[in-house]
Amino acid sequence: MLKHRLIPCVLLKDWQLVKSIQFGSFRTIGHPTATVRVYNARNVDELIVLDIDASLNNEPINTEIITDMANECFMPLTIGGGIKTIEDVYTVLGAGADKVSINSEAIKRPSFIKEIATIFGSQCVVCSIDIKKVDGKYRVFTKKEGLLDIDPLELAKEYEAQGAGEILLTSVDREGTTLGYDTELLKLFTHTVHIPIIINGGMGTPEHGLEALQNGADALAAAYIFHFTQFTPLMIKEALSKHRYPFRFI
Amino acid sequence: MSANIVIIDYGMGNLRSVQKAFEKVGFTATITRDHALIKEASHIVLPGVGAFGDAMKNLDSLGLSDLLHVEILEHKKPFLGICLGMQLIAEKSYEFGEHQGLGWIENAKVVRFEESSLKIPHVGWNEMNFHTPSVLFNGIPDHSNFYFVHSYYFEAPSTYAIGYCDYGKSFVCAIQKENIFATQFHPEKSQTHGLQIIKNFANLTKESLC
Repeated sequence: MLKHRLIPCVLLKDWQLVKSIQFGSFRTIGHPTATVRVYNARNVDELIVLDIDASLNNEPINTEIITDMANECFMPLTIGGGIKTIEDVYTVLGAGADKVSINSEAIKRPSFIKEIATIFGSQCVVCSIDIKKVDGKYRVFTKKEGLLDIDPLELAKEYEAQGAGEILLTSVDREGTTLGYDTELLKLFTHTVHIPIIINGGMGTPEHGLEALQNGADALAAAYIFHFTQFTPLMIKEALSKHRYPFRFI
Repeated sequence: MSANIVIIDYGMGNLRSVQKAFEKVGFTATITRDHALIKEASHIVLPGVGAFGDAMKNLDSLGLSDLLHVEILEHKKPFLGICLGMQLIAEKSYEFGEHQGLGWIENAKVVRFEESSLKIPHVGWNEMNFHTPSVLFNGIPDHSNFYFVHSYYFEAPSTYAIGYCDYGKSFVCAIQKENIFATQFHPEKSQTHGLQIIKNFANLTKESLC
């Protein structure tokens, strides 16, 4: 049986891995390679690293650090941040990543998804969508441009049609809060698209993971819970398996 | 004699991931498309992600299809196909049209998952159920989890199947035909058990397989 996945999703900033709260106030998690080594030893199912120096400050993609992390990572590694061209995809995969996560460029140019999928396959393209709720309505948000007047569900449908392999769905409002995933948002997405959805933002307890699985999440992404609570990846997986959601135990 | 492993570089996929998996288990592997190096190799690995048609086109235009036929089918060097590298040894694929494969496994074809309730691609960790014992599985328990990511699967008679996986249906996820090994999953991304498969392959000798 296909297992659900538990995926640390962390940010790369100033050569450190960090965790943000509602896309601001960064807390340092640790040195990238040391942290990846720990994740690998703890048998998390995948790893997502988003380079915010590249995405926010237009710095070149940090291939040196991606290479170092990839060398420690014997599980799937997704890298995002500042990926705008097919050359960028070659660069990131060449450094050892298995998938790329794209965000701003896909909003501007959804055909970029198809370009990547044609060359590298759909499985290589994770489309990241950041969402904020304003006056009861969900809106697409980017760190650089703020709130956009785009309906997230329409965007998700377009991404699926262009050949996206997975969607990384982040609630900006919940991110780093430990208040639980936005299951209302999740439900809208799982009813709209048929590709796997990685829900992100808000997991503070295993129960939050359970709520997301009950609402159709394929994979659970998180960061805060692994670093600033008592819960380990194993404890979370064990708790969720008790509810008959299959996870991998080596 | 230590293994001289080459990873075929034909412009498709995560070659570096495969290379570092060999390094992790104590072997070196060279990424190359150079015919001379491939002829000297003791072990040949064909990884790959991407589209079947493009992959065959690249193998043909680099002269690698013919070379691999000689090295694998005649010289019987241990071969490991990974993911797309497994699919390429089928006779045919139906991914975006119909394409001829390398044709090393009779009556094997690559077809798309059709069940409408399934999410495609099949992505994540899933169990491999042993079908026939194989040296590739030394030290690995039955029903271990491996990392899969694919939208098409390998449909073949059970003759050479060594492992099956369930996703809507039971499909062949690992095969062995003499010196030819292949997995639909990514051993290089499957942590401990995956690295064990890489190690088992590197430890094979041509003599032990004939």
